[in-house]
Amino acid sequence: MSISWLNDIRSQAAAQFETTGFPASNLEDWRYTNVSAMAKKEFSIAKFVEDVDFDAIESGSAFHFVFVDGYFREELSNLPESITVCSINEAIEKHADLLQSRFNQAINQTHGFIDFNTANFTDGVFLHLAENVVLEKPLQIIHIATQAAILPTRHVVILDKNTKATLIEMFVSPEKHAYLTDSVAEIFVGENADLTLYKVQQEGENAYHFGGTYVQQEKHARFTHHNFALGSLLARSDIVSDLKTAAECELNGLFLGSGKQHLDNLTRINHLESHGISREFYKGILNDQAKGVFQGRIVVAENAQKIDSKMNNRNLLLSNEAEVDTKPQLEIYADDVKCAHGVTVGQLDEKSIFYLQSRGIDEDTAKHILTFAFANEMVEKVTFEPLKALLQNGNKLNF
Amino acid sequence: MLKIKDLTVNVGTKEILKGLNLNVNAGEIHAIMGPNGAGKSTLSHVLSGKSGYEVTGGSITYNDKNLLEMPAEIRAREGVFLAFQYPVEIAGVTNVYLLKAALNAVRKHKGLSEVDAMDFLTLVKAKTKALDMDEKFLYRAVNEGFSGGEKKRNEILQMAMLEPQLCILDETDSGLDIDALRIVADGVNALRSPDRAFIMVTHYQRLLDYIKPDFVHVLADGKIVKSGGAELALELEEKGYGWLEQA
Ligand SMILES: Nc1ncnc2c1ncn2[C@@H]1O[C@H](COP(=O)(O)OP(=O)(O)OP(=O)(O)O)[C@@H](O)[C@H]1O
Ligand SMILES: [Mg+2]
Repeated sequence: MSISWLNDIRSQAAAQFETTGFPASNLEDWRYTNVSAMAKKEFSIAKFVEDVDFDAIESGSAFHFVFVDGYFREELSNLPESITVCSINEAIEKHADLLQSRFNQAINQTHGFIDFNTANFTDGVFLHLAENVVLEKPLQIIHIATQAAILPTRHVVILDKNTKATLIEMFVSPEKHAYLTDSVAEIFVGENADLTLYKVQQEGENAYHFGGTYVQQEKHARFTHHNFALGSLLARSDIVSDLKTAAECELNGLFLGSGKQHLDNLTRINHLESHGISREFYKGILNDQAKGVFQGRIVVAENAQKIDSKMNNRNLLLSNEAEVDTKPQLEIYADDVKCAHGVTVGQLDEKSIFYLQSRGIDEDTAKHILTFAFANEMVEKVTFEPLKALLQNGNKLNF
Repeated sequence: MLKIKDLTVNVGTKEILKGLNLNVNAGEIHAIMGPNGAGKSTLSHVLSGKSGYEVTGGSITYNDKNLLEMPAEIRAREGVFLAFQYPVEIAGVTNVYLLKAALNAVRKHKGLSEVDAMDFLTLVKAKTKALDMDEKFLYRAVNEGFSGGEKKRNEILQMAMLEPQLCILDETDSGLDIDALRIVADGVNALRSPDRAFIMVTHYQRLLDYIKPDFVHVLADGKIVKSGGAELALELEEKGYGWLEQA
């Protein structure tokens, strides 16, 4: 078995991690998020466990790919037969050429979480849609964490020309202890292919979470992402997409922090070629002493003309101690583009609260209704009904 | 039902209401007219419990209770309803959701159970139809993107659903076209009953052609300066307010 190409990449990443470690907050992209307390915890890599309980979207509506503590569990999963989907460890043997041609190719710039992941991933999803294939039901990828450990998983998703799929990444934990999820996905959306990816991060209350999604969009490829950052003590999400001619990228996000949660969301949309369209809309709701971060950057390369791009970040602070750092950036090197961005940070509107009170609704309920309405705008964008229902009925959204 | 005695109200350091007296009994319709800036909306807001107004003197009793001590939502549950001159837009909250939450809040206060979902829909659809509104409005966010006239009609829809005891209409007629005015007036007239009272703030006789008031009051410079019957409105229409201030 010749997997020396992979071993080389992994040992290089390990050496890199050895020197740099987890990202320090003097790095520009990490200035709002300090992971040193987490780094001191010295988690070990998770072990395999037998039994686990979890909820999944019922199998009439979705396929399932289940990880327990970072290990694929075939007996808990139900996988589609119309496409290639297997554990990345299996793909190393069975789909070596395809994997080798894509592995590590979607990531422009690494940092400690990615290096650690490359060096240490235990398992992951390998998914390939051959030309013209449409995945008939969404695939729900469920990460269940049960151990106080590091759970590094690595995913490679390849959509060939004219394909279409919906994926749902869920991160859950039945436990309250500290652990670290380190999940890195490389995604290749081929010419005129269409991928919708939902991420629902509802890790346990003491969890640390890093999730990185690195996307390459070919001509006319469409990528739509919905990012629900609900759980964990400290979470960082990276979403980076490179767009070729007339590719379309839509990034939606909702980060909802309470207690001492820290939720950092970094996005990069790189328009490398002309006629691309990007839409980004992130909302934050921060209560108690929670802190939110939005770092959105849209880059339009010198020869990428006729780009149409909009970025918006709206934040609702529900307490005096809650905080949000928001940094939307447009970096435009072309001259014929249409780009706009906007940011708001505010509290609930007093006039609206009074209007509801004047109709008999007490102040607390009025605030809950208005907060839910603010959040629900993002949930309403979910077009897969079972997921929408799951989010709307979840306790995090019932303010 | 409502007794306002020597009411004085400040906004910041500015005195807006300067000793206002008004009695409203069940079954009556009172029209309040008066120049811009006289304090008509201020009075409506103070009755509904809006914050930002400092009551510096006088009293308001409603059904023999001190209205000023009640939080806004309790006033609403006790049957005080204000149709706003400028209704706010509430993104993300649908009309139907608000109507149901409001109706249930009022019902709970009265010791009634929550309204049955089917009964509610039947009721709300009937009321919507009576006001000649498209059912689609029920599923739109409260007042969001509504035209001026649609917002006013929406206020009357809420009023029709909640069946309040004291209905205060602050310039509900402004911004309504002629057909809408008639429809809204019909809606108000349908609610008329011996145990319900109306205070209608308006600038125009045309509303009073449809809803005949028992009393017309002129509010100028923070006080009721003249009261009379329905014929007073016609006189005002003809002469304006100038002759009153000189008197
Ligand atoms: N928040 C406020 N701050 C300062 N002044 C205010 C405030 N609210 C009301 N006022 C002033 O109080 C006065 C009365 O206002 P009000 O809205 O009650 O008038 P109105 O009789 O309803 O007028 P209109 O016929 O134009 O609706 C006005 O001079 C107005 O500018
Ligand atoms: Mg007014």
